[in-house]
Amino acid sequence: MTNSIAEVKENDVLFLIGTNTAENHPVIWYQMVRALRKGAKLIVADPRETIPARRADMFLQLRPGTNIALINGIIHVIISEGLYDAAYVEANTTGFVELSRAVAAYTPDYVSQITSVPAELIVSAARTYAAGERAGVYYAMGITQHSTGVDTVQALSNLALIMGNIGKEFSGLNPLRGQSNVQGACDMGALPNVFPGYQSVDNPEIIEKFERAWGVKLSSQRGVRATEVGEAVGKGDIRALYIMGENIMVSDPDVAHVEKALKSLDFLVVQDIFLTETAALADVVLPAACFAEKDGTFTNTERRVQRLVKAVDAPGQARADWEIISELIRRLGHDAPYSGPEDIMREIAALTPQYGGIAYPRISRVGLQWPCPDEDHPGTRYLHSKGIARGKGLVMPVQHAEAQELTDADYPLILTTGRIIYHYHTRSMTGRVEGLHELAPQSFVEISPATAEQFSVEDGETVSVSSRRGTIETTARVTPRIKDGVVFIPFHFAQGNANVLTNVALDPVAQIPELKVAAVRICPATAK
Amino acid sequence: MTEIRVKIDNVTYTAPEGVTILEIARANGVEVPTLCYHPKLSIVGACRMCVVEVAGSRGLMTACSTVAVDGMEVNTRTDAVVKSRRNVLELLLSDHPMECLTCEAAGKCSLQKYAYEYSVTGATYQAEPRDHDLDSSNPFYLRDMRMCITCGQCVRVCDEIVGASALGFSERGDRTFVGPAFGHNITDTTCVSCGSCVDFCPTTALTSTHGRNRLRTANIRKVTTTCGYCGVGCQINLLVDRNEILGVEPVEGPANDGFLCVKGKYGFNFVNHPDRLKTPLVRRNGQLVEASWDEALELVARKFSSIIDQHGRQSIMSLSSARCTNEENYLMQKLFRAVIGNNNIDHCARL
Ligand code: SF4
Ligand code: SF4
Repeated sequence: MTNSIAEVKENDVLFLIGTNTAENHPVIWYQMVRALRKGAKLIVADPRETIPARRADMFLQLRPGTNIALINGIIHVIISEGLYDAAYVEANTTGFVELSRAVAAYTPDYVSQITSVPAELIVSAARTYAAGERAGVYYAMGITQHSTGVDTVQALSNLALIMGNIGKEFSGLNPLRGQSNVQGACDMGALPNVFPGYQSVDNPEIIEKFERAWGVKLSSQRGVRATEVGEAVGKGDIRALYIMGENIMVSDPDVAHVEKALKSLDFLVVQDIFLTETAALADVVLPAACFAEKDGTFTNTERRVQRLVKAVDAPGQARADWEIISELIRRLGHDAPYSGPEDIMREIAALTPQYGGIAYPRISRVGLQWPCPDEDHPGTRYLHSKGIARGKGLVMPVQHAEAQELTDADYPLILTTGRIIYHYHTRSMTGRVEGLHELAPQSFVEISPATAEQFSVEDGETVSVSSRRGTIETTARVTPRIKDGVVFIPFHFAQGNANVLTNVALDPVAQIPELKVAAVRICPATAK
Repeated sequence: MTEIRVKIDNVTYTAPEGVTILEIARANGVEVPTLCYHPKLSIVGACRMCVVEVAGSRGLMTACSTVAVDGMEVNTRTDAVVKSRRNVLELLLSDHPMECLTCEAAGKCSLQKYAYEYSVTGATYQAEPRDHDLDSSNPFYLRDMRMCITCGQCVRVCDEIVGASALGFSERGDRTFVGPAFGHNITDTTCVSCGSCVDFCPTTALTSTHGRNRLRTANIRKVTTTCGYCGVGCQINLLVDRNEILGVEPVEGPANDGFLCVKGKYGFNFVNHPDRLKTPLVRRNGQLVEASWDEALELVARKFSSIIDQHGRQSIMSLSSARCTNEENYLMQKLFRAVIGNNNIDHCARL
């Protein structure tokens, strides 16, 4: 997030796109509720009538895969009505002329045809967002899990930039990150192209710095991405995989493909707290401690580095992940001179500019937000206050493109996927909390009354849903909250797993799979 | 900002303009009792426990809803004030089941605390104890409306913070109580099981199911840590009895401001689940069987070395974890970059 969570309740306009914040980031939603009570306006763009959509002043129920067209339409209205912040654009951005030319075609009527959102709603959403003094944009996987995800974020960035809504308190562009430490995993360089702190692996100076610190020669060749694993294994390039705390047999698209890849490995090590669907395929399973059983830090979605404090002992012989990896480093003949996570954080701070001032004594009560370059720095509440990171903010036009997989006569419906409040990711934890299991025991598919009728599907009945990649059985939930022609399946469940159906088409830049759009058909299970 | 001067119990305090008498009193450590007031919720002035005497005004004023003005003189402990508060308590206790011996809230119940402080027994107005069925439809908390004092904090937190608006006031006979409309069970409503109402309830009308009959007497350690689920990073206290987590309470963190969702508040039971992995496992003749750490790690080290020898340094890859700590992710990438010798490390951020 460019802003802090505490700033959310001060927004006067909230634009939520591709985030069901009430179910996925409930406590941020609480802040939004407080803003709404103070009179803030709410714009929600989503194919489903989510909890936020029900509270929205403007609910833009768009066809999945048309986010860019919608955003361009909003920009079109803002520019043609002269509502943008001309002074900010002039002083702080480049590319505005190209943008206005590119969005000229995105008239409300044209965008309405693509998105199926009424033209008047697009106009009023644009005016409302533009009128905000403290307008915040919030987005999540609902826009990034598309083959056009990176372009969509650029479109949103264009929108925020022409309004001057970047580098200010209370207004910004705020991705809401899913898992507890997804921000930190990126910050720490668990990525194939960067060292900790987003320092590039092909920069000779950076390589030299890490070679000196670690006392070894390092590779400058970009590594294999998570989304390329299947292919790399298939070709025999990758022979062994070491998976820590991920259950890719449920979370990844096209599960059949993943299973084939894992089974063809020479050697698979999985380190986790439960014998997950993925661990069950391993050659070696290493039992890990959970969040309550170890010390360390997590970095939240507002870049705040906070402490994890050990409260109970891990069961049996299970050990903290850092202990296991340290031991492995030693057995492979290298030093791992760490007596605890605090020692590791000292090394991180020395090598990661953004974390330079992070030290355990400083975050024992309240965490610090990076960038925090040295031990006297108070942390950074919102980003870009002294101008955009790369000098001027680049406004870069992007064009609407249809999703990679379109509906046709065989697969006439669009499948979109997501989370529900009672579960987390692949349910390896929440599925084992009795009450959560009781409140949401099984997979389901949401379908609108008209679409249900068209395909002879009844509420509560078992249906079979198929895509070009596979078929699952699940329970129909007929509800007017989903758009006609679209079905929604949560991806938490191994039984009735939405990811048997999803598409692996990747965004060309971020390599994010298109989990939010796939073509499917549905019928009662008995009619199969 | 203009400053005002207000005298409370003969001591003069300065405060910014626009604050209430209660806020000035609390900021300066002057005790004023309240049941329905909460600093994060709207003010209703309903319980009348916070009444005070203000010089020059007729009748008692509710401190929570009276904005202080310059030169105001307030008395918080006059006979009239104490009498009025005692009367409030007498009425509340008249139909309250006196089950303090076994009550889950004993020791932290506001009603019990004030009854003790003001020496009120509930004997003045004898009324039939309230009669409501226990609502145990939600797996995480119980609703015992016999114990409700209609302070309405749960109604407001659910509406004003959580945004679920699952609760409201209902009438039955001449008595008001709090609950879902039409006497429904709580699971038939928009409730999202966040437990905020439970944390705000000053009595035992709302209590968590887990840890009942233990939390009061166990030797609880509170460990402040970060919720392990989503990227909001809410701060929590784990309530630990020896090696077992009995409950979770919200902490005022910068991101969560003292609130949690259902996963943070009630999603901790997996920690003790019998399915937890307790020993390393290695595959022998197609089966995963228990092994010692030494065996398992030696096998991994040997296999990694031989695969590197045969297929080169680029042939091993790691998927690190968005659920592990910074320190662990750092070590994992260091293992791959510095020891294995490639950049084949990623995690499932994109999923
Ligand atoms: S648990 Fe949360 S949502 Fe449910 S009634 Fe209580 S405050 Fe409202
Ligand atoms: S309590 Fe809920 S919102 Fe807060 S970090 Fe945990 S899962 Fe996220």
